[in-house]
Amino acid sequence: MANNSVSGNTWARGVKDGVAIALGYLSVSFSFGILAVSCGLNWWQAVLVSVCNLTSAGQVAGVGIMGASGSLMEMIISQLVINIRYSLMSVSLSQKTDSSMTLFNRALLGFGITDEIFGVSMAADHDIGKHYLSGLIFLPFWGWTLGTLLGAVLGSILPERLTTSLSIGIYGMFIAIVLPVTRKSKRILIVVMMSVILSLILRYVSIFSFISGNFATVISAVIAAFIGAFILPDDTKSATEATQLSSNKEI
Amino acid sequence: MGNKFWIYLLVMALTTYLIRSVPFCLFRQKIRNKKLQNFFDYIPYAVLTSMTVPAIFTSEAGIVSGIAAFAVACILAYKNKSLLIVAVFSVLVSLVAGFLPL
Repeated sequence: MANNSVSGNTWARGVKDGVAIALGYLSVSFSFGILAVSCGLNWWQAVLVSVCNLTSAGQVAGVGIMGASGSLMEMIISQLVINIRYSLMSVSLSQKTDSSMTLFNRALLGFGITDEIFGVSMAADHDIGKHYLSGLIFLPFWGWTLGTLLGAVLGSILPERLTTSLSIGIYGMFIAIVLPVTRKSKRILIVVMMSVILSLILRYVSIFSFISGNFATVISAVIAAFIGAFILPDDTKSATEATQLSSNKEI
Repeated sequence: MGNKFWIYLLVMALTTYLIRSVPFCLFRQKIRNKKLQNFFDYIPYAVLTSMTVPAIFTSEAGIVSGIAAFAVACILAYKNKSLLIVAVFSVLVSLVAGFLPL
């Protein structure tokens, strides 16, 4: 067990380690802000969504459901599936926390576990204390909020032709996250191709037209990931290894 | 959206929060089943993919802009360019494509 006298496990060190994450979040959340406004949210609603959720893919799906007046069940299921990976990260990170972390601290700091916060915490050469983790979450949270504010405000005042193009930016980022990983893992490439095919089938084959677009997203992803993990023959390289090789990670 | 925004926001934030915090507060065991671990590793990529296709083609920017942005994003992502670079160029290309007389 490390304690707080270890220089690496301090608030200041956490803040420092969070700078790069915060800068990355600025641009992703800017795109999210633009998209949220184009889905029909006000600028302050977009900011509130970011403040309360701190996650990219889940928020993109969430504002889509809000804009389409989807059901609350749709909202819950889409958030569950898209964000279920956080449960696994929380379980892993929980084993690396030190004794300074009370149940109350956990309940509070659990909010800030994103892909990048998790990645940096797991890479640290010391146990994770409450000061370090809160420092690490600090700047990325504000970067995420500020980026959303900028995107949403600009999205509200810029001409429509510009904002419709800008709202495509977040999909570009999604591609930038997925594609490099498919080059490193054939298994993930297959999963991604299946996800594309299933998504198109569920959206455009008329017998599936009773399924909403948001459910189609979730169903396609779950089936594709399930086939990749349980049906395809075993791969030598695990998915975790491949994703660790990836330079781009998503929030 | 009106008052329903607050209900959406509450449901969304609570779901996302509980997914993160409940395991962080309660569980101390690692998942040892490799296939289950793989399944959870694949989910983000599968989700981001099904969120992008076909949405990128059906956005209000139009299908021509969508195809252009998709192509440029794929090329740049294949060359391991950063998120920001990929986003900026796909936006620029979709903007230019929007002015094409197609």
